Amino acid sequence: MKILVSAKRVSDPNAKLAIAKDGKWIEGEVEYILNPFCENAIEAALQIAEANDGTETVAIGIGDDETARFIRQGALARGIDRGILVSAEEETIDSDLIARIYAGVVHRENPDIVLLGKQAIDGDSNQVGQLLAEYLGWPQATFASKIEVSDGKAVVTREVDGGLETLEVTLPAVITADLRLNEPRFASLAGIMKAKKKPFDELEIDDLDLENTETKVQVVGLVTPSGRKAGVLVKDVEELVQKLRSEARAI
Amino acid sequence: MSKVLILAEHDKGALKKVTLNTLAFARQYVAKFGGSYDFAVVGHNVGGVATALQGYGAGAIHVADHADLAHPIASAWGKVLADLAKSIGADVVTGPASTTGKDVLPRTAVRLGAGMASDIIALTDSGAFARPMWAGNLTGNVKISTANKVISVRASAFDAAEATGGSSPIQAFAADPALAGSRVKFVSFDGVQSTRPDLAEAAVVVAGGRGLKDKFGAITEPLADVLSAAIGASRAAVDDGFAPNDYQIGQTGKVVAPQLYFAIAISGAVQHLAGMKNSKVIVAINKNGDEPIFEVADYGLVADAFAVVPELTSQIKALRG
Ligand SMILES: Cc1cc2nc3c(=O)[nH]c(=O)nc-3n(C[C@H](O)[C@H](O)[C@H](O)COP(=O)(O)OP(=O)(O)OC[C@H]3O[C@@H](n4cnc5c(N)ncnc54)[C@H](O)[C@@H]3O)c2cc1C
Ligand SMILES: Cc1cc2nc3c(=O)[nH]c(=O)nc-3n(C[C@H](O)[C@H](O)[C@H](O)COP(=O)(O)OP(=O)(O)OC[C@H]3O[C@@H](n4cnc5c(N)ncnc54)[C@H](O)[C@@H]3O)c2cc1C
Repeated sequence: MKILVSAKRVSDPNAKLAIAKDGKWIEGEVEYILNPFCENAIEAALQIAEANDGTETVAIGIGDDETARFIRQGALARGIDRGILVSAEEETIDSDLIARIYAGVVHRENPDIVLLGKQAIDGDSNQVGQLLAEYLGWPQATFASKIEVSDGKAVVTREVDGGLETLEVTLPAVITADLRLNEPRFASLAGIMKAKKKPFDELEIDDLDLENTETKVQVVGLVTPSGRKAGVLVKDVEELVQKLRSEARAI
Repeated sequence: MSKVLILAEHDKGALKKVTLNTLAFARQYVAKFGGSYDFAVVGHNVGGVATALQGYGAGAIHVADHADLAHPIASAWGKVLADLAKSIGADVVTGPASTTGKDVLPRTAVRLGAGMASDIIALTDSGAFARPMWAGNLTGNVKISTANKVISVRASAFDAAEATGGSSPIQAFAADPALAGSRVKFVSFDGVQSTRPDLAEAAVVVAGGRGLKDKFGAITEPLADVLSAAIGASRAAVDDGFAPNDYQIGQTGKVVAPQLYFAIAISGAVQHLAGMKNSKVIVAINKNGDEPIFEVADYGLVADAFAVVPELTSQIKALRG
């Protein structure tokens, strides 16, 4: 079996973000981390591989040279077998193009499972896995909190509105990870050393035979939403109830 | 002139209110760009949903009823919705950014060659779609450059549309989901049983955090009862098993904007704020006065929740007689 898994870098969620001069993305000294959902996807890929002998795991990241660091340290150092960086001018990608790039890699690699995060915590689109599944004509199981793979099938429990849904998908399939899927392991020192020697391919978008590299969605401007002002502290329950009643008229 | 197709959200044959929040967006879109809107009701035995939508001014209500559509299998629903859009000439397909909408709509977008904007909160004056990014720390205004467009709508950002009277015609659509769904089998659904209002629809939300520990229910439920409130939770409270996943509010859970929100023993991490900071009135109860939740709260009470929440509950109960 072969599993393709994602390694996307995102800005640290606690970083103060500065909007770039053209107003279209962020800039400046931002710390980056591996997208938390990709960490869960990587952990899931490793667990499936551990339970199924002869499984190869491949991590893919799309972005600039910096992204390579996250593929190595975030994925290979944890135990993923090899890495692929698809170089992309980041200003020119949207979720749709990311999905088509993934589809191009899938056609080269022929994995049985593509494991992505349910969302990227920068763009927050929650689209790539679903778009990819449709481009490939594959079934999908999104927002996974449990995955069991056997006999060419995956039984996936999904976190949905109203509860937990369980689906059985016939492989090949796309699965997207939710945060409660697992506890991502840390990379060991040995893992970090080994990662340096693991196979690592760099591809250009041109290598993937996409019909075109046009985006369908463009960010035309980023703005800072108007914040909330802190209110008042009340001294006790009585004052709270009185304020909620006569000032806020909320109860 | 646009033709907007709205995917109706329903649960076991009952229309869900988020459909009407999505309709509010569709009406804004049509007011700006001209055109009309139709509803798509996809599922099995969903006639009641179509009837419930008749008074809302749609050109038509299309019902795609098929046994294989009984569960919202994304590949099947996504295909049927795209087929329907093509057959009626819809250039915009929209639906709530619920877990079903998030699962299904991107697949429809691919089939229509459409760009998709997720989870939008406004249509800007210049006709861009505003959507929260980076956990709502920034708002991105995005344009979709394809002729067809797919848009998921954050329900809490649009007031539910009112009925306008009239009676839109109901039309059956001969859905063909079979092939698209054949490699997916529905196994089971483990639903959260509740007689409380839906989180997405409630006027009051009582949310609890990790600090409540195994007293999560004992503290939140009585207060929710007196206020007819829905109960929500932080991710930490869900992760630790004090509340079901369906309760999670935040960047990766549900987004709510009730009239009144109680954050009890919740620290106020950015990811939690992303799901509730547009509530009208926010009350924070936390024993640590330095927590970031107080930066967004209208009323803050620095106290031990185990002591003050039961007192709050009984005072409100007394008020209500
Ligand atoms: C002006 C501009 C600047 C940009 N700068 C950057 C930038 O600096 N860095 C950057 O990464 N993107 C950049 N982008 C692209 C934008 O962030 C993409 O939309 C984003 O990569 C995908 O986010 P999403 O919310 O659409 O993905 P979602 O649909 O929320 O992502 C779902 C899953 O898809 C996978 N995935 C998504 N993106 C990638 C990726 N790049 N590599 C591997 N797996 C992925 C992950 O598993 C993720 O969990 C820029 C875009 C614009 C317009
Ligand atoms: C990718 C990602 C996505 C995430 N998505 C979400 C999301 O959607 N929603 C979400 O909520 N979080 C999310 N998180 C997690 C988030 O970062 C925080 O960890 C989480 O919100 C913390 O929950 P909490 O406030 O209940 O717990 P803590 O931060 O541990 O806070 C507990 C609070 O309880 C208070 N307390 C303790 N005992 C008492 C008492 N007796 N009386 C009064 N107060 C008391 C403490 O002072 C403290 O403020 C996400 C994180 C990541 C990395």
